[in-house]
Amino acid sequence: MLTSPFVRKPTSVQQVMFTVLIALLPAVALYVWQFGPGIVVNLIIATVSAVGAEAAVLKLRKKPVGLYVSDLSAVVTAWLIALTFPTILPAWILILATVLSIVAVKQLYGGLGQNPFNPAMAAYCLMIVAYPSAMSQWPAAGWMDLSTHLQLIGGASLDAITGATPLDALRTGLRSGTDVNGILAREAFGILGGRGWEWIGLGYLAGGLFLIQRRVITWHLPTAFLAGMVLMSGLFWIANPAHYASPLFHLASGGTLLAAFFIVTDPVSGATTPRGKLIFAASIALITYLIRNFGAYPDGIAFAVLLMNLCVPLIDMKTQPRVFGHKGD
Amino acid sequence: MIAGLFRFKGGIKPETHKNASAGAPIQIAPLPKQLIVPLRQSPRATAECIVVPGQKVLKGERIGLPDSPLSTAVHAPTSGTVVEITPHAMAHPSGLQTRCVVIEPDGDERWVERPTLDYQSTSPKEALAWLRDHGIVGLGGATFPSHIKAGVDGGIETLILNGAECEPWITCDDRLMRERADGIVAGALILKHLTGAREIVFGVEDNKPQAIEALRTAIHGLSGDITVIPVPSLYPAGGEKQLIRVLTGVEIPHGKLGGDFGVQCFNVGTAYAVNRAINHGEPLVSRVMTVTGNVEKPGNFEVLIGTPVEALLALGQPKADTGRILMGGPMMGFELPRLDVPATKATNCLIATSPALFPPPPPEMNCIRCGACAAVCPAELQPFELYWFSRARNFGKAQEYHLFDCIECGCCSYVCPSQIRLVDYYRFAKGEIWAREREKSAADAARERFEFRNERQAREKREKAEKLAAKAAATKAKLAATSADAPAPAAADAPASPDDAKRALIAAALERAKAQKAAAEPKNTDALTPAQAAQVAEADERRAAKAATDTAADAPESN
Repeated sequence: MLTSPFVRKPTSVQQVMFTVLIALLPAVALYVWQFGPGIVVNLIIATVSAVGAEAAVLKLRKKPVGLYVSDLSAVVTAWLIALTFPTILPAWILILATVLSIVAVKQLYGGLGQNPFNPAMAAYCLMIVAYPSAMSQWPAAGWMDLSTHLQLIGGASLDAITGATPLDALRTGLRSGTDVNGILAREAFGILGGRGWEWIGLGYLAGGLFLIQRRVITWHLPTAFLAGMVLMSGLFWIANPAHYASPLFHLASGGTLLAAFFIVTDPVSGATTPRGKLIFAASIALITYLIRNFGAYPDGIAFAVLLMNLCVPLIDMKTQPRVFGHKGD
Repeated sequence: MIAGLFRFKGGIKPETHKNASAGAPIQIAPLPKQLIVPLRQSPRATAECIVVPGQKVLKGERIGLPDSPLSTAVHAPTSGTVVEITPHAMAHPSGLQTRCVVIEPDGDERWVERPTLDYQSTSPKEALAWLRDHGIVGLGGATFPSHIKAGVDGGIETLILNGAECEPWITCDDRLMRERADGIVAGALILKHLTGAREIVFGVEDNKPQAIEALRTAIHGLSGDITVIPVPSLYPAGGEKQLIRVLTGVEIPHGKLGGDFGVQCFNVGTAYAVNRAINHGEPLVSRVMTVTGNVEKPGNFEVLIGTPVEALLALGQPKADTGRILMGGPMMGFELPRLDVPATKATNCLIATSPALFPPPPPEMNCIRCGACAAVCPAELQPFELYWFSRARNFGKAQEYHLFDCIECGCCSYVCPSQIRLVDYYRFAKGEIWAREREKSAADAARERFEFRNERQAREKREKAEKLAAKAAATKAKLAATSADAPAPAAADAPASPDDAKRALIAAALERAKAQKAAAEPKNTDALTPAQAAQVAEADERRAAKAATDTAADAPESN
């Protein structure tokens, strides 16, 4: 016998995850346009290994494999890993990262909805600590054909065509004494940030706005994250524009826009109350900026996200909204 | 006066399906073969039966008397014969039985005498008693006695008439407003008079333009502050607290009633029933119900209370693939475990389901904390947090997160992408908390009883001892007065404790007995040597001491 309500909105986890995948497509398309079809190969590799790992663990855990694999959450994790990792990384590292994120970060904690950490970011942190040099080998700006890409991810060493990310270039440039404008005038940089990367950033922005429009995410997290980033970079930039890059550069570089709409918005490992979301996302931006400028790693989003994941229970507890009729309490 | 509308947070817009039955005028449902009138009105009240099997009753004749302040009278819905008074399954998800009066209609529909009440010239108290004796309860679903709500002593500023009818499928209030707006307005005026409200506001969802129009026509030309306000169609706009919020901006917290905030809210159907009772002398014996869903002829029917659900359902002609039958709306109603149960004053709708209209729920997945439930919760709760706490049986935390502010409207379950039946978890948690509280209060009562018993026993012993002591003291005093030559050695000491008193009493009695014995007959110990006399005295003393110890041993539990 059933109890009320007897009707439900035609919605599902699968549909939510599918919408997220759709929202990632503009960025993927721009990625292909700017850097060649290699990213698609990586997306496929990551998807296959993530889904395979998910299915295997679900079977071990005696859970309905079809039901949970078809929720597409493993695919979203796989895509985020593929998009945040260097494209020319050896494929086995990519596979290791996705398998670890699904098995160790997600399923060992209880699977869908139970993981305290963002699986993609946890995988990123593990890999950048374990394989720091491989994780900082990015392709030089420009189109790369499929066969070169396959050789690279197969493990071939073609140093000539690797380059640094804009954030990396900025960091090494600053260390060598060049000022920001001098660095940004180099070939690797475009109008706002890294050449090519700024286009992909626009793709994430478009996808993110689509997610807000479809009510998959709320405005709180991206807005607070981007505002926090602008505020931090703006303060330092105003104080010393020769040494600190502008807010626009920070918005357009690294994973800022990807993180704003697709990483900090992970509902499972993030804060859930309206005020909590603002605190959570703004704190990630703050920590990210500090790591970018004063830390050992060129981009600190992954570490910042994990740190703030740890604070989520506290943030949620302390920011519970007032309930109806208790406004004066 | 209403300046503008307010909003309540959350809410959903499910498919309304109201078109199925909204166009069907109210028809009088045919007399069923039997009417089963429950005496139970709510968990709070069961009327006292005043008819016997075989008795002839008239339509509107009282068959049950209110047994408590929260109870109202019960009436025969039609004329006929009382067949039996028997436990019968009631319209409740449990299918539990309750005492019902079964009436076989004679088909004449002969009314009892129907005097009317001039409510403006009688005292409010009398009018409220009139409502109670005419069985008027809230027809919005909760069947709360109207004489209690209308009897709030002063302080009511705004009288709200709830015609929102926000649940999908249901159209009975819509039809009532369209067809009998004059009666509703007349009832509203009576309620205004009784509550002393300054203004009347009708709140009707804006998806019922004809109803709004009909009410506006009915209030046209009336003096006083009376308005019809279309409210946005957003479930649960018809929830009492939500409607009050939308119309007045007042938020009524859990556990408080509108009356505390100067607002009182009645369903439009209730207002109509009040009008029938006061101006026409008719007790509440019928109401309008919607029969819809997977039926050939969805419609609205004026149905006698006690009509079996199966007879009512037949009026709509259910289709072949009809499955479960729902009573009430699909958001807050319940599945009927059996169809021989009678319709009650709370019954506003019957929905025949089919797998196509009400597909079986997909399997429940894990919560992904997406917050969709929080976004639609009209109580502004964090439903997923309550879900986690309820699931983990962390009931203290669930209460801390305001579990009991949940109105079980079902919005959270409706939107959950993981298909979690959230409301079920809250019902479970509430049930567990109530059960624990009951257990605790039962244990408290038992402990109190035990402590009271112990205290009573101690008191009784004390009183007995005091009585004995008093008697002993009196005897001693008497003894001291009568035998001046043989003063009792203990008489000088005031008895310090009940035991001393007893001992003194015994000693005195022994003295007395000895004296009597000595006086009555000479003992063989009369002519004794001083040594023998000393021996005898010693033995007497021992005997007395033993008697004293034995008496003391009689009360082993003392101290």
